Amino acid sequence: MSKRTPIAGAIVFVSLLLPNPGQAANDDVAALRAELEALKTDYTSRVQALETRIKQLESAVATAQLGASPAAPATTPPPAYPQPAPVAAPGKSSNATAFNPAISMILTGNYASLSQDPATYRIAGFIPPPAGEGPGARSFNLDESELTVASNVDPYFFGNVTATIRGDDSIHIEEAYFKTIALNHGFTIKGGRFFSATGYLNEIHAHNWDFVDQPLVYQVFLGGQLAQDGAQIRWLAPTDYFIELGAEAGSGRSFPGTQRNSNSLGSDALFAHLGGDVGDSTSWRLGVSWLDIRSTDRNYADVDQFGTAVSNAFTGTSRTWIADGTLKWAPHGDPTYHQFKLQAEYLHRTESGQLAFDLSGRNLAGDYNSSQSGWYVQAVYEFVQRWRAGLRYDSLQSGTPRIGLVQLGLVPLVAFPSLASASPKRTTIMVDWSLSEFSRLRAQYAWDDARASERDRQLLLQYIFAMGAHGAHKF
Amino acid sequence: MPKYVRSLLALATVSLCVGALPAQAALRVLATTPDWAALVTELGGDKVNVYTATSAFQDVHRVDAKPSLVARARTADLVVATGADLEIGWMPVLLQDSGNTKIQPGNPGYFEAAPLVPLLEVPSAVDRSMGDIHPLGNPHVTLDPRNIATIAKALAARLVLIDSANAAYYAARGEDFQKRWQQATIGWEAKAAPLKGVGVVVIHRDQAYLCHWLGMKELASIEPKPGVPPSAGYLAELVTKLAATPPKMILRSAYNDPRAAEWLAERIHVPVVLLPYSVGGTAEAKDLFGLFDDTINRLLAALK
Repeated sequence: MSKRTPIAGAIVFVSLLLPNPGQAANDDVAALRAELEALKTDYTSRVQALETRIKQLESAVATAQLGASPAAPATTPPPAYPQPAPVAAPGKSSNATAFNPAISMILTGNYASLSQDPATYRIAGFIPPPAGEGPGARSFNLDESELTVASNVDPYFFGNVTATIRGDDSIHIEEAYFKTIALNHGFTIKGGRFFSATGYLNEIHAHNWDFVDQPLVYQVFLGGQLAQDGAQIRWLAPTDYFIELGAEAGSGRSFPGTQRNSNSLGSDALFAHLGGDVGDSTSWRLGVSWLDIRSTDRNYADVDQFGTAVSNAFTGTSRTWIADGTLKWAPHGDPTYHQFKLQAEYLHRTESGQLAFDLSGRNLAGDYNSSQSGWYVQAVYEFVQRWRAGLRYDSLQSGTPRIGLVQLGLVPLVAFPSLASASPKRTTIMVDWSLSEFSRLRAQYAWDDARASERDRQLLLQYIFAMGAHGAHKF
Repeated sequence: MPKYVRSLLALATVSLCVGALPAQAALRVLATTPDWAALVTELGGDKVNVYTATSAFQDVHRVDAKPSLVARARTADLVVATGADLEIGWMPVLLQDSGNTKIQPGNPGYFEAAPLVPLLEVPSAVDRSMGDIHPLGNPHVTLDPRNIATIAKALAARLVLIDSANAAYYAARGEDFQKRWQQATIGWEAKAAPLKGVGVVVIHRDQAYLCHWLGMKELASIEPKPGVPPSAGYLAELVTKLAATPPKMILRSAYNDPRAAEWLAERIHVPVVLLPYSVGGTAEAKDLFGLFDDTINRLLAALK
């Protein structure tokens, strides 16, 4: 009852506000009648118009199904065979899950048999990255479980999150970015965390690699894979050849950069890609990239001349050039039965800045300049349907860095064993079997001469399973 | 970051110059299959410049989003795709990387054929254990000429919408095509009458619409599940199963591996019929008319 009172009050109030509630009421009624009448005729004509349209559409559909144009002669016989039964549309009702994003989950794991202790793995001659070096632990290992959720956000943006849960129960956000879909003229802007488009392999997720692990040069120069926290702009030229130019700006928080307490950008990148086809069987892409990344106190562990563990740190700039080339061949471009893929990348890095020695003890610092390079080349061939074999060769040239502390005679060179000149190499063979587009079993054997001392013989058996939304066939 | 800013400015300048260039005279169309390319050519004549993403010798499902295709998507005024997830591995990548709003789904520059026609074999439930099935139904819709007629009508209307300057041209060609197509369809149906009720074995379920149209019976498919190649055991089972109800022929599309079909054909003593499947799949299948002429000729020849 109490609810009604205010409503009733409001009605009384409104009626009090109405002008001339007497003679004027009759005029109002007449006006309302006229309005209603007008509405009625309007609706009748609208309904008639709709009816005619429905009839037109029906006949249009009918003629379309008969495969006849309206101008066809009336003597057309009906088709000899019945039309496919139209599919009954499932009862569609308003549904909160209708806008659910595409979800996929990748399961990976391996078995590793290593002739050397993985705890002593070091790529000789290079400042080691904080993670991403070496073949991982022995025996059975749960590798990444990768969850991707992706969807258009609205007419302007696409969103994608790829998180991995690693075998050690840690969660990593590999990528979490938005990307524009409504910029015209070939422009695309990406922002958030994303794999840098420098190089060829850097943008490719682990489950799409052709070998279990990354090339040595990626491990040592990019910490496995370079993720930018920042923004990227790409521009695609309006030409028949694929010409793409792009630039990235980021915080530089991931190796070879570090988290720096600075408002400025820590990482810049430029890249250019060129691609096309040769005949109907071969496609190719070439790329050249430049990376400029700054780091502050990038720590690494080493052992000094007395065999004591020390912590050293680099502060300065890493500049990396990358040249990449990829070629794919398949008979008539159809990879169902046979495909050949050849890919190679060359990376050259110069680092210049300060190297601090034995941070917690002697704490000395001096200039540091290095010029280092590395490359890999790999070929993968699908020799029968579902079976592929691959060969990869890795090579690194560490050169001899100029260490100010050594040149000044303050610390002997032997106090920096990690930086002693070396030429690590590795040869890898691989065979994999894909029962479907969504599963893959792989065996890989490597002769790994990354350590300065002994060769590591690595046997890796790997499984990769993809569940959920259909993945993209990226080039 | 002066270097960075400089490069950005350079990018912007280049793009502005390019954006200022006059639009090309012909409508640029990216067709995912040779059939759609042929249809666009029928309807658009010399007002369209068509690029075909695949050939009759490619499994359209397994294509990569290769650089040449991304480049073509960038400059396309219209994308003509099959839809029903046939191009799901690569079309979304092309659309996203193209930086071209014209061809985004929902805009007139993106055309999908399959949703316009009644799809066969729509699964009531889907699970990847069933093989590479398409949740929306069988997407290989081209081999029923009645589907082509429906799609042609919508495609002609789309060309009119996108390139209104040539509306009359497209409308006239569309009508002319419908006339010729209807005549041809009547001819094909009459000619193919002996094929009604004929039992066939297929490799992939890409001939379903052809069989449905001509009333042929698909007795078995060499793939145990869509996209799954047959095992020796499964093939042996097929031999036994087909002994009871022998088919008249085994159908093979131009892009299929012939070996399993030939192995089976030898054991059950029926011919393997090579069908073009797409325009360009055989020398005779030069255009859509040739595709159906040749398909029916080859089927009839195998029946004799």
